[in-house]
Amino acid sequence: MNLALAPETLARWQFGITTVYHFLFVPLTISLAAITAGLETAWVRTGKEKYFHATKFWGKLFLINIAMGVVTGIVQEFQFGMNWSDYSRFVGDVFGAPLAMEALLAFFFESTFIGLWIFGWDKLPKKIHCACIWIVAVGTILSSYFILAANSWMQHPVGYVIDKATGKAQLTDIWAVMTQNTTLVVVFHTLTAAFLTGGAFVVGIASLHLWRAKRKQLRGEEPGEKQRHQIGAMRTSLRVGLVVAVIAGLGTAISGDSLGKVMFEQQPMKMAAAEALWETKAPAPFSVFAVGDVSKGHNSVEIEIPGLLSFLSHNNFSDAVPGINDIAAQEAARYGGKPEDYIPSIFMTFWGFRLMIGFGMTSFVAALIGLWTTRKKFWLAPQFRTGENEVPRLMLTRTREMSPFFTTWSWRIGILTMGFPLIANSFGWIFTEMGRQPWAVYGLMKTGNAVSPGVSQAEVLTSMGIFTLLYGILAVVEVKLLVKYATAGPDTDEKPPTKDPRLRLPSPGAGEPEDADKPMTFAY
Amino acid sequence: MHLHDLWFLLIAVLWTGYFFLEGFDFGIGVLTKLLARDRTERRVLINTIGPVWDGNEVWLITAAGATFAAFPDWYATLFSGFYLPFLLILVCLILRGVAFEYRHKRAGERWQLNWEHAIFWCSLVPAFAWGVVFANIVRGVPIGRDKNFAGDVLDLLNPYALLGGALTLVLFTFHGAVFATLKTVGDIRHRARSRATVLGMTSGVLGVTFLGWTQIESGNGRSLVALIVAGAALIAALAMNHFGREGWTFAFSGVTVAAVFALVFLALFPDVMPSSLDPAWNLTAANAASSPYTLKIMTWVAVPMTPLIIGYQAWTYWVFRKRIGTQHIPAPAPAPAA
Repeated sequence: MNLALAPETLARWQFGITTVYHFLFVPLTISLAAITAGLETAWVRTGKEKYFHATKFWGKLFLINIAMGVVTGIVQEFQFGMNWSDYSRFVGDVFGAPLAMEALLAFFFESTFIGLWIFGWDKLPKKIHCACIWIVAVGTILSSYFILAANSWMQHPVGYVIDKATGKAQLTDIWAVMTQNTTLVVVFHTLTAAFLTGGAFVVGIASLHLWRAKRKQLRGEEPGEKQRHQIGAMRTSLRVGLVVAVIAGLGTAISGDSLGKVMFEQQPMKMAAAEALWETKAPAPFSVFAVGDVSKGHNSVEIEIPGLLSFLSHNNFSDAVPGINDIAAQEAARYGGKPEDYIPSIFMTFWGFRLMIGFGMTSFVAALIGLWTTRKKFWLAPQFRTGENEVPRLMLTRTREMSPFFTTWSWRIGILTMGFPLIANSFGWIFTEMGRQPWAVYGLMKTGNAVSPGVSQAEVLTSMGIFTLLYGILAVVEVKLLVKYATAGPDTDEKPPTKDPRLRLPSPGAGEPEDADKPMTFAY
Repeated sequence: MHLHDLWFLLIAVLWTGYFFLEGFDFGIGVLTKLLARDRTERRVLINTIGPVWDGNEVWLITAAGATFAAFPDWYATLFSGFYLPFLLILVCLILRGVAFEYRHKRAGERWQLNWEHAIFWCSLVPAFAWGVVFANIVRGVPIGRDKNFAGDVLDLLNPYALLGGALTLVLFTFHGAVFATLKTVGDIRHRARSRATVLGMTSGVLGVTFLGWTQIESGNGRSLVALIVAGAALIAALAMNHFGREGWTFAFSGVTVAAVFALVFLALFPDVMPSSLDPAWNLTAANAASSPYTLKIMTWVAVPMTPLIIGYQAWTYWVFRKRIGTQHIPAPAPAPAA
């Protein structure tokens, strides 16, 4: 059989396509839920309309996004059984538990309370309505915890024994699975990256509106009343997005560093591959750029920062970091086979790692600069301060504004930055999953042994084709909708509900007759 | 009682709960073309399940996840063996979910019509496919010594399974029509009621044939009880529908759906997937189950959570208890000026 079309290869491609696609929506869902919840809380507490309009606006974009996240998530749960049945048999005793917990403890909350939130604007008292979106937000975070605990077990299996009779993994300590350092660090890293993604998304769209308004002003058009309200809502959103992105970006860097150290210990091959570090070195340098040849086992061109890799793995600049060739030889001696069987794709891991850090940190730096230059009052001469409903000036120092050229480019980068964390997230997962190869469960089960033996090549080709086509079409539809709703901006004519509806009517059905035929405030 | 027997019961409850809830969701989807006369009426129907369909669908995620955790071999054999039916169901659930959320987000005729087609077909197809899947489970499929499915997709398309598919499709549509009588007001409510009578009687005919066949081929004393309950509940539902007692009709149509799946699971037990090749290769609740330790942990999670979930989901239905008629449907959302 043609190796490129081997069932294992096809199943991996399908898993890769569907999972990377699913994870475009996941981080946005996690962070936009919390950001929307925060904005609604601000509205409930202060009664300011700009918070209401911002809540509605980001809430709409959140809903367009979560719809895709939910439906592509079902595929994830089904395809373990469909395409990886031998894997499912082997790990089900351990891996199934967090998955079932995710459904019972997180998905039900998310999906039930999102319905209440969407349709409940005129049915629920403000505070209860706001509580609904908080429950959704907490649900998304819990859900990520459970699924990452399951993934961490594949990266670093703990709390199990291999049953002698069946040869399958058997859970002995759920607490170990849920609280091992891999799980905790990965959860921290994924959640901070999710908030960086959402923060950058908000920054990008708010920048789009503010820069558009600014250009109109530069052309001499004065904003109308409605536009001024929109600018107000977008300015608040921009600041929220910047703060979220800066804090989360810092958290991503810190947690990424911790995760790196955990990986150096638990999966040295992945980290050596991330660095294309072929030979063990002490002190080990950090490679900025490298071009290598897998078959020859070395790099032909490289640019390095001396000692940095030693620092990243051991917190000092001199300790040895094991290289790919040594680790591969060790693994071959331990698990059998040839050393090259244990080397993941160096090209993908090396560049995946760099693109993850590069794109993630670029949006962090952009947010940091934005947070400083769009400040409201701090260290700002009074004549440069702008009103609540005005586009902020980009101020470098107390009295010095950015030049027009840099102002233009700053806003443009602000808009572009919303895509960067999405790219970083995708490459982060591609790196972490491909870097674990040839293992599906590190040290226990190889990916080649994990596929469904009964599923034919034709079946996998069919499903992969259908998913790719369907996801492609839906991507176009989703992006068009997002663009339409994002560029339309908040509907500042909409009036927030003035009085809370009563949950209980005086007597069933009797209610308020004049309201009985009132149209729903929201309908599908 | 072994823990794996308790978990067989819990899995049965989760799947049955899923079909009770998404059963009427699918039914409503099918009725958007069978009952609604125009777009406003279609929107009335869609909005009866608007706030709840997503929560209902989580019962499927939970049923599948719990099957994975409690019976890894059952999950692995079923999902890899029934590869193409599950692919079809997945595609439909994806399109249907997106259709509910996106249909109203643009005003264009073409846009709205396409999503309405999606809602109809992607409700109809899974309603049928689930019947085919569960009929095949109870009938037995070629499962080899290694617990893997050894047949192909044509093995799944036998007359018995197709009859099972027809039954779930019509029964879910009946359940949906009854739900519509309970949740709508105006002309559509009355038409839903008379449509329910026809659908209920058709379900009766299909039910007698399919469930009778099941009882003779794979039944036992316990499943006979479920068969009688299903029949009695359907008759009671039809009678209550005749007298216009909508709440009771819905309760009984729900009991009918639940009893049909109870029959399937009672006929199965203690097997979970019998092999048509050799009874020695049957997957059973005992040989497909996870370790007692895993089942114990899962029990600790499921036992307090399930009533809580049922509680807050019930509250959701209470919040949205008001009937919906054409007068409640707002004008199509004004497209945001881009």
